[in-house]
Amino acid sequence: MENFICLISEALEMNSEQIDKEDEFRNYKEWDSLAVLSLIAMIKQNYNITIPRKDFDELNTVSELFEYIQAHR
Amino acid sequence: MGAKIKQVEYYLPERILTNEELEKAYPEWSAAKLEKKVGIKQRHIAGPNETSLDLAMNAATKILETEDKNLIDFVLFCTQSPEYLLPTSACLLQAKLGLRTEIGALDFNLGCSGYVYGLAIAKGMINSGLCKNVLLVTGETYSKFIAEDDISNRSIFGDAGTATIVTYSEEDMLGEFVLGTDGKGAENLIVKGLTARNSYILQNNERPTLYMNGPEIFNFTIETIPPLLQKVLAQNKLQATDIDYFILHQANKYILEFLISEMCLDINKCHIDMLNYGNTVSNTIPIALKDSLEQGRIKERDKVLLAGFGVGYSWGATIITL
Repeated sequence: MENFICLISEALEMNSEQIDKEDEFRNYKEWDSLAVLSLIAMIKQNYNITIPRKDFDELNTVSELFEYIQAHR
Repeated sequence: MGAKIKQVEYYLPERILTNEELEKAYPEWSAAKLEKKVGIKQRHIAGPNETSLDLAMNAATKILETEDKNLIDFVLFCTQSPEYLLPTSACLLQAKLGLRTEIGALDFNLGCSGYVYGLAIAKGMINSGLCKNVLLVTGETYSKFIAEDDISNRSIFGDAGTATIVTYSEEDMLGEFVLGTDGKGAENLIVKGLTARNSYILQNNERPTLYMNGPEIFNFTIETIPPLLQKVLAQNKLQATDIDYFILHQANKYILEFLISEMCLDINKCHIDMLNYGNTVSNTIPIALKDSLEQGRIKERDKVLLAGFGVGYSWGATIITL
C-alpha cells in the first residue's frame, strides 16, 4: 500500500504525505481529465492492467483502487 | 508493380485558437499544464463558412501547382465532416479542381486511422491496374461538432486538410499493411444527431455534438497499439531498429510518450509535434510527414512506420520507404 500511495502521488504530482488510503481521489484539487490518464498509465505500467471505465467509475477511494488492482492482476 | 507517395501538402485554416484564449474563457483551466502535458499550444479552427472540402481543396490546389491535374485518375476523400450527407464530397472536389470526368472518386468515413487506410486503398487500386495516380485527401473540422463549453475537446482538436499524390512505381515503396477494427468501441467517440439512427431530427435547434470518453480511448490505445506495431514490423520482416522514423497518429503528447516508453522506442526517432495544430484527426500523419521531410528529420530511402488509431475503433499501420 505504501508503494501504491507513492505511485499515485507521482501520477497526480502530489506529495505522498497528502494521500491517505481512505481519501476519495476524485476530491483532490489535482484531479482533472489529465489526472485520469496519468492514473491509467501508472496502473498499466506498474501492474499491467487496464481498468474498464464502468469499473473505474465505481471505485472511489485509494484503497478501493488498490484492492481492485490486487484482485485483477 | 507498386506504389509510392510522390508529394504531400497541407492547409490550415487562418483562425487560431490559443491556450491563452481558452484560459480566459475557463479560468479554472491551466494553459501551461495543457502545453506541458498534452503538448498543444494552439489549434487552427475553420471559419463559419469554411468546410472540410474547402480545407482539402486548398491543400490539393497546392499540389496541383506542380502536378499535372490531368494525370490524376482517382480521388479518395477521407472525412467525417462531409460537405453534405449526399452527394459525395470527392465528386464536389473533382469539379472544383477541374479534374477529368473519366476518373473515379469516393469518400470514406474514418477518423484517426483514415490516412493509413487511404494509403492501403490507393496501393490496392494501383496494384490492381485500376489507376496510376491517386489524389488522397483528408479534411476534418471536428470543431463544428464540439460544444462551446466542452473545454477538453476544444483544447485537443484542431481542423486541417491535406493532399497526397500516391503514384505508380516500379519498386513498391508502400509496405505491407496491418488493419484492425472493433466497433464495440463506437460509443466512446461519437457524434450523434442528424443521422439515420436519430431519424435525421435534431431537437430544439441543437447541433450534432461530439462525445469522447477519454479514459476508454486511452485504454483502447495502450492495449491495441503496441501489438499493432509488433505485427506491422513482423509483416514487413523488419525490427524496430530498422525503422528510421516513427510517425504515430498525433493524438496528444501524453499518449505518444506513454506508447514510446511502453514499446522502448528511441524517442529521438519518434515524431511528437502537435504544438501548433492540436489533434487534427486523419490529417496528423500527412502533416507530420510533410513537416519531417521539410525539417530534414527524414530523407529519401528512409523507412518510416506510420500508425493511425482512434474512432471506430479503427486502426492501421504500414511501413513506407521514402
